[in-house]
Parts: sequence; structure tokens; C-alpha cells
Amino acid sequence: MSTSTIAAPVGTWQLDKVHSSVAFQVPYLAGAFNGSFRDFEGTLDLSEDGAALTGAAKVASVDVKDDNLAAHLQSPDFFDAESYPELTFASDRIALDGESVQVSGEIAIKGVTKQLAATGAAHGPVANLQGNDSLRLQLATTIDRTDFGVSWNAELPGGGQALSNEVTILAELYFVKEA
Amino acid sequence: MRVLAISGSLRRDSHNTALLRAAAERTPAGVELELWDGLKAVPPYDEDDDGDLVPAAVTALRSAVAGADAVLFATPEYNHSVPGALKNAIDWVSRPLETNPLRNKPVAVVGASTGIFGAVWAQAELRKVLGAVGARVLHRELAVGQAAERIADGAVGDAEVLAQLDDIVAELLNAVATRRETVAAA
Repeated sequence: MSTSTIAAPVGTWQLDKVHSSVAFQVPYLAGAFNGSFRDFEGTLDLSEDGAALTGAAKVASVDVKDDNLAAHLQSPDFFDAESYPELTFASDRIALDGESVQVSGEIAIKGVTKQLAATGAAHGPVANLQGNDSLRLQLATTIDRTDFGVSWNAELPGGGQALSNEVTILAELYFVKEA
Repeated sequence: MRVLAISGSLRRDSHNTALLRAAAERTPAGVELELWDGLKAVPPYDEDDDGDLVPAAVTALRSAVAGADAVLFATPEYNHSVPGALKNAIDWVSRPLETNPLRNKPVAVVGASTGIFGAVWAQAELRKVLGAVGARVLHRELAVGQAAERIADGAVGDAEVLAQLDDIVAELLNAVATRRETVAAA
């Protein structure tokens, strides 16, 4: 575990799933597909030595606004949920500068593990109504989905590909410190 | 282990059906490769007919796919693509998409044509369709061009074609074994 400058009480912080989201956006033609995972979990461990963020999302819980697309995303063309039911993340470094936060670590998608760096903002800690400290991390990063074997695409009739290889991952994480 | 073999050609002396017969004769011990012969009886897809009661030929096809560990397709090429009858049969099997029996099922595609290209475009399109349906598609191709010379009187006489066919069937069986391990571990 490496150093962190988050000025928050040491201990284990659990993700409040109701007030958190793990979403992705893939450019498509002039627009974008947006999706998110309904079922995910995460933990933030703060100690004197540093901070560690771990999390996992269930592929089966992918939520998009088209049932056929949702079914296609589960299949071997995309995430292959039967073989790889979870996406996971584990940080190796968290650095805070004011409200700006940088997180680096390993993400595993479809059986492939890669290093990534995410940036964003940290807010808190603020005591919630039960008197427990809470804090919020807003993180964003971009990955190339083909690095993870999520390589489906379709040629457009006029040339070019239907779907971008670049995917933006947006994590809105609200943690509450265990009492 | 049970493999369902589906030919996209209805012709009695089809080179593609001959390829599947050759595969059936050469399967290793413990593997049953059953040639499905109901394609001509499958009616055109109509969502109005796809309710609680579906045509008997469709029920038979869906059951055959559901009961197989893997499916081996052999396709000719009509106008640079998959024959309509074969595409239509897959369309029936694919509904509803999220629970259809081809989902996660290991499948492989081979093809023969009398021209020099060996139905490569039809094979590529069939792999694309099977991927969209949710199957576990082998990224392999067997392009038997000039089939009239290489498949005479219904017998595949070309040793190279037979070797590639054996190799693809072996890879398909491996995919079934891998899938069983994955599901068992989950």
C-alpha cells in the first residue's frame, strides 16, 4: 500500500450503492451508448500507511436502454458473462491534491488485467445523519476495449466502424466509514 | 458429447452436407455428431407465429440445438452471403434473444463452393450472425473451393480438407470442455 494524502479518518469505508454509480460511455456515430452496472461493490481502506480502493461489478447487471443490446453485451461478442462474470479493480496508489484525486491500479475485464490511471475529485469527509463519516470520489478514465478482447465492431456501409474502441468509465463512489 | 450438424444447403447431393457427413464419420469415440435434416420444413419467420405455439419444425430445431453441446454449420454461399433458409432457421432459434439455446454455445462454421473461394463470405457472415445471437463462435474457417473436384459422389477425398475438418471439430470439442469447466467452477 502506498502513500495517500486523503485527510480522512483511518479505517474501512464501505460503498453506499444507492448513492454510487459505475457507468461507461462508448462513442457511436455522432452520439454515444451509455450504460451502467446495477450490481457492484467497493471498499476504501484508509490507514496511516496509505489508501487502497477495491471494487467489483457484476457483468450480468449491465443496464442499457435496449434489451437486445443488453443481451448482446452479455455474450462472447462482448463481456462473455458466462466465462467472466465480474469486472474488478484494485488500486496501487491514491494521491490527493486539494480536491483533485488520482487513482492508479489494475482493472480486470474479460480475463485481461491492465494498469490504468483515473482522475477526478474527492469531497468530504462529512458526517452523515447517523453520525458516520462519508466521502465521495468522482473518477473518470478511458480505456481501449480491444485491449481486453471486447472487440466487436461493424463496418458502416459508407466506410468506417460503427463503434469506438475508446470507452470512458465513470465512477461516482460514495463511501461511508464503518462505525 | 453431442454435436448438432446443420447444413445450409437443401440439395440432395450438397457438397456442404457431404462435409458434415464426413465429419460425422470421423468423430472421436464418445462424440455423437447428428446431422439435422429439418431445414426445408422451417417456415419463414413471422413474429405472429412465434408465441406459445410455434410450428413443429421450429420446436424440433430449438430442442435439437438445446440438447447439443455444440453446433457445426456448413454453409454454401448464395449471392455472397448465407442462404436464406439457413439464416431464417437461425432467426427462429434466436428468439427470445436473451434466453435462446445458441447463447454461449460453442459453434463452428465451415463451407464449400464450386468456385475458388469456398464460401468465405458466407462463412464470415454466418459467424457474425451467430455472434449477434450470443453463440461462442470459433474464429476458424474451412474454405473448400472447387468442391466439385474435391468432393466427388458425396465423398470428401481431399486429405487436407479432412485434416482441417478434424482440427476444427477437435477445437469445437475443446470449447465444450472449457465451457463445462467454466460453468462448473462458477
